[in-house]
Amino acid sequence: MSLDISFIGILIGSIMASSVPLILAASGELITERSGVLNLGVEGMMIIGAISGFALMVITDNLFIAIVGSMLSGVIISLIFGFLTQSLLTNHVATGLALTIFGIGLSAMLGKNFVGIPGKEFPILFSSLRESIPFFGPILFGHSIVLYFAFALPFLTNYFLKKTKLGLIVRAVGDSPVSASNQGINVILVRYCCILYGGAMCGLAGAYLSLIYTPQWIENMTAGRGWIALALVVFATWSPIKVLIGALIFGGITILQLHMQAIGFRIPVQFLSALPYLMTIIVLVVISRDSRKIKLNTPTSLGRIFYKEK
Amino acid sequence: MALYFFTPFIAIILTILGGGIIFYILGFNPIEALKFYFITPISNLYGFSELLLKATPLCLIAIGLSFCFKSNNWNIGAEGQLTFGAIVGGGVALLFYNQEGFYILPLVILAGAIGGMIFALIPAILKTYFNTNEILVSLMLVYVSKLILDYLVVGPWSNPEGFNFPETRQFSDSSRMPLLFEGLRIHAGIFLALAAVMLSWFILYKTYLGFQIKVSGLSLKTAKYAGFKGKTMILVVFMISGACAGLAGVGEITGPIGQLHRMISPDYGFTAIIVAFLGRLNPFGIIFASLVVALTYLGAETAQIFLQIPKYTGQVFQGMILFFLLASDYLLFFKVKILSLKKNELRH
Repeated sequence: MSLDISFIGILIGSIMASSVPLILAASGELITERSGVLNLGVEGMMIIGAISGFALMVITDNLFIAIVGSMLSGVIISLIFGFLTQSLLTNHVATGLALTIFGIGLSAMLGKNFVGIPGKEFPILFSSLRESIPFFGPILFGHSIVLYFAFALPFLTNYFLKKTKLGLIVRAVGDSPVSASNQGINVILVRYCCILYGGAMCGLAGAYLSLIYTPQWIENMTAGRGWIALALVVFATWSPIKVLIGALIFGGITILQLHMQAIGFRIPVQFLSALPYLMTIIVLVVISRDSRKIKLNTPTSLGRIFYKEK
Repeated sequence: MALYFFTPFIAIILTILGGGIIFYILGFNPIEALKFYFITPISNLYGFSELLLKATPLCLIAIGLSFCFKSNNWNIGAEGQLTFGAIVGGGVALLFYNQEGFYILPLVILAGAIGGMIFALIPAILKTYFNTNEILVSLMLVYVSKLILDYLVVGPWSNPEGFNFPETRQFSDSSRMPLLFEGLRIHAGIFLALAAVMLSWFILYKTYLGFQIKVSGLSLKTAKYAGFKGKTMILVVFMISGACAGLAGVGEITGPIGQLHRMISPDYGFTAIIVAFLGRLNPFGIIFASLVVALTYLGAETAQIFLQIPKYTGQVFQGMILFFLLASDYLLFFKVKILSLKKNELRH
């Protein structure tokens, strides 16, 4: 296998494709966490998005409906989490875990009749440019619209949090719900919105997997990506741009691992597969050692229950 | 206080109702489906033994987790600790694959507990010395441990006469848990679980360590003020939790399985988190909860055989139990509020 320039271009393109679900899910979760809510149900919401997107595609034969439907299903399932943690004041960690277990089970139940059905080809943009320009072609062109959206999302998220009034409200609610509430902000409502937004992005991330990345339905097909997305948010110390960088690193490891296996690199496959998880731990250790760095962006009230006396 | 132990029953009843609704939506007769789910599996002696067989690892792991959760340490990687315990214990069992002797099984069990303990120490040490989030680390290690197991059973430990199946040799009889009854799969591992229940009750309610754990769980500030050595306690609760998960893993491979292969646990380590909560982190509550949750495993298998419902419905039920349990805690919160209101009225 020659490592020429066009091969590297294709390699980078495939790294970008594999990082899309991580960017989407982590950007969504980042907003949720910035409002002070820790939702460990990312994996569950993603897998629900994956099956509902795929099922809607098979039933309606319309990819637009499938994509929108997957986001809606993410919203619906995250509403369970929102209702429990915000209205019934339950523990965030336990509720999120329940959401993941429930989501994996429910998706397998719903997906029973969709196993083995071939997916539909998802339209890609600028496919002619992809072939005609060496190196940059496969990097910049010939991707699905979801990929372009995913790569714009961290910048939009950054702008939203830093430059808009709503973003300021979200941060205020996450850092000091009591003062925000005293300022007349409806903390619970803001948190509900952030949870539902996170659900929509996780649903989309799942649909990307089942409609675009590997267009078919396989039980448990998110395969731990939701948990990596959660780790990514911490890895990025709650900064959207770093989420993008982190997702590319993880996508890169996944793709390199596949290529190294193909070349016949003499390292056990399992070791390479374990790399993303080990990397996450190492990065967590490195960034957590410096408590100042972590505190800079950490939503102060993350995971704490807020209750307004009436 | 009575309500605190009563709400789990409300959660179970709501889950059964919710399950009935889901079955109805899926086009099954809900009464019949629920009967296949919750009654058929335990209507004979064999079924009852299977229930205890599945409740054993759940109970063991949940007992361990209760130490972590009570002290506000979120170890959610018990599945990884179970797997690593099974790897270490299984490794010892494989050393003795062609030998017999009364000393082998205790060695295997001990190795399993130590394996789980070591694996749980990783998130604990990272948390205490590097301030790292234990939720994420313990969870990432689940995947790592499963990949280590996969590597071993495919590669160096695979059975030389096994036609390249991803499994090790069968353990010798001396490495197997003694069966309690002829023809049933229930084995001596259940005594390990019962011993863990007794021991944990003793530690939690009768020792200084147990007191420290409970105080740290209620208020970290108070614990610091009282001068408790927080770091040591974190290490200890993780070690207890890991050892229990390791024991559960070793119980599975020396009990019903008898060798190492890829699928040694149907996510017992994750489900045990639900068991711990449903049992209210109380040793005796956990016995009860492990039986209830084990029934969702059995019921899912029965429903798959008789009604062709995917066995993943078990997870739907497990998720629902936890949802309803957490939701019904609101009743407790509400009651506290009413009580405090009444007190205020008295004062005025």
